Amino acid sequence: MSGSRRHSMIGDALAQVGAAGLFLFAILAAMPKSVRHFRETLRQIWFVGAMSLVIIMTCGLFVGMVLSLQLYYTLAKFGGTAALGTVVALSLFRELGPVVTALLFAGRAGTSMTAEIGLMRATDQLSAMEMMAVDPLAYVVAPRFIAGIVAMPLLACVFNALGILGAHAVGVSWLGLDNGTFWGNMSSNVEVWSDLVNGVWKSAAFGAVIALIATFQGYTTPPTSEGVAYATTRTVVSSSIVVLALDFVMTAFLM
Amino acid sequence: MTQPRRSFQVGTGLFILLGFAALAYLATQTTSVANYTEGDSYTLKAKFSNIGQLKQRAPVKLAGVRIGSVKSIALDPQSLEALVTIGIDTRFKDIPDDSGAAIFTSGLLGDQYVGVQPGGSPVAFKDGDEFILTQSSMQLEDLIGKFLVSGDTPKKPANAATPTTDDVEPAAKNP
Amino acid sequence: MNTPNPSASIESPGSTTDAYVQIRGLHTVLGDKVLFDGVDLDIPRGKITAIMGPSGTGKTTLLRHITGQLAADAGEIRVDDKDVPRLSRKQLFDLREGIGYLFQNSALLTDFSVFENVAFPLRQHLRLPEEIVRNIVLTRLQAVGLRGAAELMPAELSGGMARRVALARAMIRDPGLMIYDEPFVGLDPIALNQVLKLIRTLNDTLGITSILVAHEFAAVRRAADHVYLIAGGKVAAHGHPDELAERDSPWTRQFFGGEADGPVPFEYPARDYAVDLGFPAGAP
Ligand SMILES: Nc1ncnc2c1ncn2[C@@H]1O[C@H](COP(=O)(O)OP(=O)(O)OP(=O)(O)O)[C@@H](O)[C@H]1O
Ligand SMILES: [Mg+2]
Repeated sequence: MSGSRRHSMIGDALAQVGAAGLFLFAILAAMPKSVRHFRETLRQIWFVGAMSLVIIMTCGLFVGMVLSLQLYYTLAKFGGTAALGTVVALSLFRELGPVVTALLFAGRAGTSMTAEIGLMRATDQLSAMEMMAVDPLAYVVAPRFIAGIVAMPLLACVFNALGILGAHAVGVSWLGLDNGTFWGNMSSNVEVWSDLVNGVWKSAAFGAVIALIATFQGYTTPPTSEGVAYATTRTVVSSSIVVLALDFVMTAFLM
Repeated sequence: MTQPRRSFQVGTGLFILLGFAALAYLATQTTSVANYTEGDSYTLKAKFSNIGQLKQRAPVKLAGVRIGSVKSIALDPQSLEALVTIGIDTRFKDIPDDSGAAIFTSGLLGDQYVGVQPGGSPVAFKDGDEFILTQSSMQLEDLIGKFLVSGDTPKKPANAATPTTDDVEPAAKNP
Repeated sequence: MNTPNPSASIESPGSTTDAYVQIRGLHTVLGDKVLFDGVDLDIPRGKITAIMGPSGTGKTTLLRHITGQLAADAGEIRVDDKDVPRLSRKQLFDLREGIGYLFQNSALLTDFSVFENVAFPLRQHLRLPEEIVRNIVLTRLQAVGLRGAAELMPAELSGGMARRVALARAMIRDPGLMIYDEPFVGLDPIALNQVLKLIRTLNDTLGITSILVAHEFAAVRRAADHVYLIAGGKVAAHGHPDELAERDSPWTRQFFGGEADGPVPFEYPARDYAVDLGFPAGAP
């Protein structure tokens, strides 16, 4: 009984992954057509990007401040507080910036993508577009997908910048670390390409994955309010898991 | 109708600009790019028998003040020593030509940097000159080894092992 | 074609030239319900054809077959001499550009104002100067009596207003085929009259072929040239509305006369009522 249920759960999960993969191909196939909907893409970047700025900036600031405090405490045990700037910057750029931004992005923008598309499905708006000879994949899904890929790295950069400022505020202004040491140590140890830009690629990949999951969940949701609610939850859960797993894979094999 | 459309586009543009500004800020303030943006410099050379963990673009300091950076590191095929090329900011053009160069570590876990110890010669270094007096990086293993063999505390760059968190940078980059 | 009536206009499946939509041997099973069990149907060019039938017989589903939104299990569907099930997505979209479709639940785009909803098909397919778009949209909104509501959002509309906006949107590009899925729902008598006149006018002046799904026989009688009555997965009757109304068949009598009992089951198929209520089967 429970064995067969588990069996079907694994089967369902695999079917979902397969369907999402096919959905990705459908989106990519619709990309050329979506060039015509450039304005809609801009509008989506505004919705998923600019509207997430406040939460991203606030969280970036606090994460930077906490990181500074914790690392100062740890580094002081080794007499290495001069390395605070370096350690904060590396942890932010390589790991925390992309990942925390991705998790926030999934909660803030991913859910709204799913709910929006799910509602469009439930109220026949997607069918209406099809009937007006407008491909919903090109008009609704692809712009959101692109917006995810574009907005996520930008948000991660903003997050990182605020994180650095937060760390500086705590480390230099509060704990009394030397300003020159903070920046100088950081700048001689952080590499543009292997640290900063790698984090940017990472966050672009996370943006693509989150947008794919969010639009897929919305697009295939049962057209009921319960279905939309459930799909929204699934967006957060699956994209968090996939982001963390992908993070491990990318860190282990690419960086 | 055109009004809300326009404002979307402007807002989106601003958002993208903000993102790129953040990226540019990070790249120029927190990464090694910050060290590229130096003014004119002249080149000096120094040979070390061991450079330890010294890396390209590591700072060069005099009395704790940053005066330049390591341009390149190579192996001198004749002497089998490390040949370190150093760029010194042209603002610091009066460094005596009998000054010494040594490799220090800032703090126990910190980076290695080249420290210049000024000499007393009235003649200043010219572009392309070489340091006569150099002192290699003091490896922790060597230190411990010497300590075990001789039973007394290591002598010269003992200060390499003491935290020097009070290094001062010439241009404090933070506004 | 079980009604051997000479006055029923489209009777010969052989002649295709004057049929805009032609359906032969349509079979559809949705879930475990057999919706269509061999439906043959012709929509004559330039006429208004009404499709009537009890709720849940599959009228909306039929429209979805015609427009290629849903594949049938078997059967031939030709629209404007194109084989709908075999069209590529691109060809299907080309076909749909010539079809105006009024959704049963309006399906307005909630992100856009009334004006932008109506303008949507224009903006998506034609590069027109803003001024012309404005003129066309306002003309259509005026035709459905909602020019003043142009700046409202769909959430601010009543159900009847939303239907009229959807109607304006469906006809914005002067399509060759208009499909109305229950256009009169939620309209007050005045608006109903207006919409009825509009449908007739579009047909008379522009020669648009129309498919009209509606339950209001009185309205259908005034608008339609031809009526198909679908029930039990088949075409139960068809012909001119006046003639159908007078025809003495149990189907028409029940459906147009509103009798609960007859060949059209009023109830959705269910278990024995007594069994459902917990009495032993066969108990009184
Ligand atoms: N996706 C689906 N899966 C299974 N059954 C469906 C599906 N869509 C519709 N049905 C069933 O098909 C039948 C016909 O639905 P349809 O919407 O075509 O009816 P209709 O004739 O338009 O009714 P109404 O007059 O109430 O609008 C209904 O019984 C419905 O339960
Ligand atoms: Mg219906």
